[in-house]
Amino acid sequence: MIPSPFDLVRPASVEEAIEALVEHGDDAKVIAGGHSLLPLMKLRLAVPGVLVDVGSLRELSYVRVEGDEVAIGATTRHFELERSDVARAEVPLLPHVASRVGDPQVRHRGTLGGTVAHSDPASDLPTALLALGGTVVVQGPGGRREIPVTEFWLGFFETALSPDELVVELRVPRTGTAGWGYEKFTRRENDWPIVAAAAVQGRVALANMAGAVVRATATEEALARGASIAEAAALADEGTSPSSDMHADADYRRHLARLLTRRALETAAASS
Amino acid sequence: MSILGTRVVRTEDPLFLTRGAVYTDDLTDERLTGALHATFVRSQVAHGQVRSVDTSAALEAPGVVAVVTAADLGDLAPIPAGFPFVPAGVSRPWLSDDRVRFVGDPVAVVLTEELYQGEDAAELVEVDIDPLPAVVGTEAAARDDVLLFPEAGTNVLSSFGEPAPADFFDGCEVVVRQRIVNQRVAPVPLETRAAAAAWGDDGRVTIWCSNQAAQMAKGEIAAWLGLDPARVHLITPAVGGGFGAKIGADPEFALIAKLAEIVGRPVRWSETRSENLIGMLHGRGQQQQVTIGGRRDGTIEAYSLVVDQDAGAYPRIGVVLPTLTMMMAPGVYAFPKVHAQARALATNTTSIGAYRGAGRPEATAAVERAVDLFAAEIGMDPAEVRRINLLPAFASPHRTSMGATYDNGDYPAALEKALEAAGYPELRAEQARRREAGEVRQLGIGMSVYVEITGAGGEGGGPTEDASIEVHPDGTATILTGTSPHGQGHATAWAMIASDQLGIPIEDITVVHGDTDLIPKGGGTMGSRSLQQGGAAVHQAAGELVELAKTRAAQKLEVDPGDLVVDVALAGLAVRGTPGVGVTFAELAGDEQLLVRTTFQAAAPTFPFGAHVVVVEVDVESGKAEVQRVVAVDDAGTILNPLLADGQRHGGLAQGVAQALLEEVLYDADGNPQTSTLADYPFVSATELPSFELVPMATPTSMNPLGAKGIGESGTVGSTPATQNAVIDAVAHLGVRHIDMPTTPMRVFRAVQAAQQEGN
Amino acid sequence: MQVEITVNGERRTDEVEPRLLLAHYLRDVCGLTATNIGCDSTSCGACTVVVDGLTVKSCTVLAAQTDGAQVTTLEGLAGPDGELHPVQAAFRAEHGLQCGFCTPGMVMASIGVLADNPDPSDREVREGLEGNLCRCTGYHNIVRAVRAAAQAGPAAGQVPQAQEVEA
Repeated sequence: MIPSPFDLVRPASVEEAIEALVEHGDDAKVIAGGHSLLPLMKLRLAVPGVLVDVGSLRELSYVRVEGDEVAIGATTRHFELERSDVARAEVPLLPHVASRVGDPQVRHRGTLGGTVAHSDPASDLPTALLALGGTVVVQGPGGRREIPVTEFWLGFFETALSPDELVVELRVPRTGTAGWGYEKFTRRENDWPIVAAAAVQGRVALANMAGAVVRATATEEALARGASIAEAAALADEGTSPSSDMHADADYRRHLARLLTRRALETAAASS
Repeated sequence: MSILGTRVVRTEDPLFLTRGAVYTDDLTDERLTGALHATFVRSQVAHGQVRSVDTSAALEAPGVVAVVTAADLGDLAPIPAGFPFVPAGVSRPWLSDDRVRFVGDPVAVVLTEELYQGEDAAELVEVDIDPLPAVVGTEAAARDDVLLFPEAGTNVLSSFGEPAPADFFDGCEVVVRQRIVNQRVAPVPLETRAAAAAWGDDGRVTIWCSNQAAQMAKGEIAAWLGLDPARVHLITPAVGGGFGAKIGADPEFALIAKLAEIVGRPVRWSETRSENLIGMLHGRGQQQQVTIGGRRDGTIEAYSLVVDQDAGAYPRIGVVLPTLTMMMAPGVYAFPKVHAQARALATNTTSIGAYRGAGRPEATAAVERAVDLFAAEIGMDPAEVRRINLLPAFASPHRTSMGATYDNGDYPAALEKALEAAGYPELRAEQARRREAGEVRQLGIGMSVYVEITGAGGEGGGPTEDASIEVHPDGTATILTGTSPHGQGHATAWAMIASDQLGIPIEDITVVHGDTDLIPKGGGTMGSRSLQQGGAAVHQAAGELVELAKTRAAQKLEVDPGDLVVDVALAGLAVRGTPGVGVTFAELAGDEQLLVRTTFQAAAPTFPFGAHVVVVEVDVESGKAEVQRVVAVDDAGTILNPLLADGQRHGGLAQGVAQALLEEVLYDADGNPQTSTLADYPFVSATELPSFELVPMATPTSMNPLGAKGIGESGTVGSTPATQNAVIDAVAHLGVRHIDMPTTPMRVFRAVQAAQQEGN
Repeated sequence: MQVEITVNGERRTDEVEPRLLLAHYLRDVCGLTATNIGCDSTSCGACTVVVDGLTVKSCTVLAAQTDGAQVTTLEGLAGPDGELHPVQAAFRAEHGLQCGFCTPGMVMASIGVLADNPDPSDREVREGLEGNLCRCTGYHNIVRAVRAAAQAGPAAGQVPQAQEVEA
């Protein structure tokens, strides 16, 4: 299992990376840690002619407080997020979820920007980001723009990112001591979640319940109305469109969404 | 003090841990200089008729030396079925230009200068196949409306036994019937299949391949290619696990040798994991119908097992494995009446072969599940039902109604040891507490008592094995063995046996295996046979070497051979009662080659036994089961090296738990594999297992001088049903009687839902 | 393209295809065959090596991505006099290997576990090795070996200091 041949561009800056994306258009793919892209390329499910390697752009690797938000650079690796004191203090859901991605070797390579741009509906970190709210900062030839996380993930491997744009930063609200919960349901510890639920400050996001990560809006509305956790969680699968596969059929996924939402909300309530 | 029975660390490890063992794909042998890389083009259709194979684009790709299809193989005969009872008309193409019968059936081979060029070129081979309806599963196969081999007239490749008489269960107060799936699993040795071949100027071919049985593989390859066996030299380098799936040759190995002949250059092949998961033999794959009848006092009076074995597309060992399942059907029990019947059916899937236990775990799973079902039906503790029905302890051979002769056994003692080590009454009390409290995490306690057959195979099918020992003038020794270790530690264990008798330190003893020029005869390593036959052969060889040395030393020292005794401190012979007078084996070897070759013949196979208790927690809201404890009593007779024996138990236990809880090879209705990467096939990892609690028990057998029975497969035989029973036990109070393996969260959840709906 | 990579303390300059995987670079270009490839999906961990102090799966890293990096494989662990690294020694003492195929990756991953957590519990070892598959041992003795290695102190979580050797 070997990727098809490609040319590798190693830009020295974000600007150079964008220039390369502009030049090569649809034929180019951005690679950072490579742990989403290379497995697809090895199976020849992705066959880019050019890879733009931004993994070594350490200028995009940081976790810092900026006003009411925490700003995280796109090439911040999962293990760096997991260990970040700033993240642990200001937005503890995120480093916890980072610690639940894959296995240690994967966390040593995988980047936040990479998992955000990849848009796998079963991804842990996008689920957490969607529950937290905030924005994806992208940069293209026309400069930077901010896309709310609620508008970023459009479907399976599909985002609001243009081919000549690069994810450069994630901005999430500081949640401080607010309670949070993350429930990831797998058969094996390091599997992708069959379903996962992240809950923080009355918001709930679900993994693997649609073509992209989704908010459990019916649950959120019920909570806002003052419904109990049990009542609200019972609505978690409303509006979702889970698929059936060998791990779980759609009905069982719906059951899990309700169960995991309840547990995540209970954990959040208990920890606030 | 004897080294036997002590914890000796492995002599092979320093190399493994510093430079890595040399597996087939690691070889840098000069005969392979300039070797081409083979990449197989395989059918992506489960069942179909090949219309065309267009290699023209691939031939233009960089580095391509040849693209070989059926047309290039000349008059090479197809691979015969290999079993006399398989219907005529069943054979296997090397590269199909006619019918393809599973996703993975080879159609062409691309030969390239460099590895990376192979995949690029293979993509360019255009294979056009007209699909036929796919036969997936034994039920579809049994209908015979779509035939894999039309000439054979049926999909039934083998059948054994007769139906049970109509009155078989007459008179039973209680009769329970259950259809049980013993699902198809993938062996997944960490090293995939690999082979290399080079022809010499002498007209001989050297074949390297990853295999558990060099001599068997050589014989098969020579026969398939129509070669005089003398022209084939087969070497098995380090082998990265086998678990039954590397017993004997696969067609690909022989084809690599043929390709090397066609292109006149050495050829090497190492498959990818995706290729391995569809191309290497799978294991298990039985549909079972169990029926068990008896009295409400717990006495079981009759038991019937009917097996439909999924054989996959082409007949391999899977077509005979059900006979082992039938033989072991009654297991450890004194059932007055036992019936077993089986057949194997061809389906458009990967062929079935041996997988750790090979036919016996299926028998144990069936009967242990049946006993639990019976216990549930009469409302009796499953441990108590077992106590009532176990064969009492026996020290001399016991012949069963299925024709097996168990050498010795004490099944009640094994069960009691396991229950005691597990703290059975306390576990039941904790279970009752959780049930009473209606907790989300319920406790399940499962058990199994098993007996299995080991050491059944060997050279020529009998329980025999070859060994030779040579002591060299420098005091070192070389053992040649016909067994074929791939993790079991024979280099250490065989050295221990020889060292114990000769006094030569184990570090000075080299164990050689898996080279058919050096070791023309050998049975390989399978069926937990190695110690009881291969180890016993080394033991016998060492004894014969001592006798030879005594004859020579008697002349040299001018003493009576009867006055000579082995002096292990000297690594030689001493004269009884005459301190300081003696001769080392090394000195004798300096005078004249000191070498013996021997064949050990075991009296019969052996029947290791034991009992396992598994404790699981089941989250009844999600259905997810987690294994908390695995308590194992495994009696394999006398233990040579507890470190190695326990290692075998650990690995076996893990694979049994994995089958019960996680692993299953899946196909869709069209025969497309759904589990062809390790991202999709849920191979058990460290986080799903606890550390194991091993309880010692050793009842020596008299079938060999070491007192040893097999230990390689026991863990799997026992832990599979114990784990499955535990999961079911955790939700039994909710009305669940049976859940098929693997006991996935969704299955457990649905079983609870169904039981509750039934109860309402 | 040209890459400069320090492998087991030796700085090398090699011409490689951009798509060359680090695992194949180590095996086929450097001739270091301890690092094995056991899957196609970043699942099995047999190819685990240490890059700049962090464990990675070398089947899912391009050699080009390690340009300028320090790479340590199993072959780089033992001392110059053959003295085993504490994790190597513990794997032998506890029978943490059977067929040996997962072992190079498992040893490297174990060093990574101990780098993060010098005295892990059984559960922490299992979680730390969740990305490394073994079919032979049932993981039992691997867990024991890692915990035994922890007793050797900080060296168990370190790879030998890279030596700046001009190739």
